[in-house]
Amino acid sequence: MRLILSYLIGLIFGLGISISGMANPAKVLNFFDVAGSWDPSLLFVMGGAVVVTFFGYRWVLKRPGPSFDQIFHLPQNKAIDVKLLAGSAVFGIGWGLAGFCPGGALPALGTGKLEVLIFALAMLAGMFAARLIDTRMAARLQAPPLHEHQPAPHGPLTHKPRDPGAKADIT
Amino acid sequence: METNFTPLASLLGGGLIGLAAVLLMLTLGRIMGATGILSAAIWGTDDRRWRWAILAGMVSGPAAYLGLTGNWPAVEVPVSTPALLIGGFLVGIGVSYGSGCTSGHGVCGMARLSPRSIAATLCFMLFTGLTVYVTRHLIGG
Repeated sequence: MRLILSYLIGLIFGLGISISGMANPAKVLNFFDVAGSWDPSLLFVMGGAVVVTFFGYRWVLKRPGPSFDQIFHLPQNKAIDVKLLAGSAVFGIGWGLAGFCPGGALPALGTGKLEVLIFALAMLAGMFAARLIDTRMAARLQAPPLHEHQPAPHGPLTHKPRDPGAKADIT
Repeated sequence: METNFTPLASLLGGGLIGLAAVLLMLTLGRIMGATGILSAAIWGTDDRRWRWAILAGMVSGPAAYLGLTGNWPAVEVPVSTPALLIGGFLVGIGVSYGSGCTSGHGVCGMARLSPRSIAATLCFMLFTGLTVYVTRHLIGG
């Protein structure tokens, strides 16, 4: 049941992406090209999606829990830190160069276009590289400690260290 | 490359994206974020099957569009292959460190009024806009 539901939800998402134009880099890049061939359509995509989700979540999250799981898995990480902002900035540069974002490219793979496949493989390579760097750095941090005290939090908004289940925070 | 302004189709498509996000929270209690779902489908340790089912559904989206309208959705790529490769690699790095993308932060996080997601969304939208300006008007001309 969970798998059938998941498939159908993915299908609704992929159909929505296809109808909205988010799968089309020409349209996406024109949204950002305010100084050139501006196409404001994406404002309507984001607007429609955020409004429906806002009211839908208000209704859903009042319930005791989801129908097919114990709890709502909501991101617990609240930190607005360098990692979040630098990562988002790099994502923005990549999105501006290629015109695909992950949510647009995954459904677009279904058209069988070679360009989408090239982008998706490069994106997976980037995700893999980020994981590799993370593992290396974690291993280095576990090497003989230089000082006894714990490293200070990154910034004033970091309330607590990231918990071991922090990967679940990836939205 | 000019594209047509499509407010109704975009609003409808956006509404469906929102509907998918709400249904996923209602049934499995999960955030509809393409980055998180893809990453955990490949490298995750807990139940990965539902994530692969969602990815299969997403990839079927264009075929469903074909069934409904008789046409494939337009996928026009106005950039070079090196731009796709470099852009794709940067997107992969960025969404990993930024913990999310347009769907996770931009739709689900903004709808939850999460300050973290709003900051991330403003940040990547700004840099996407700057990149398009630089490549189209400063370098490309």
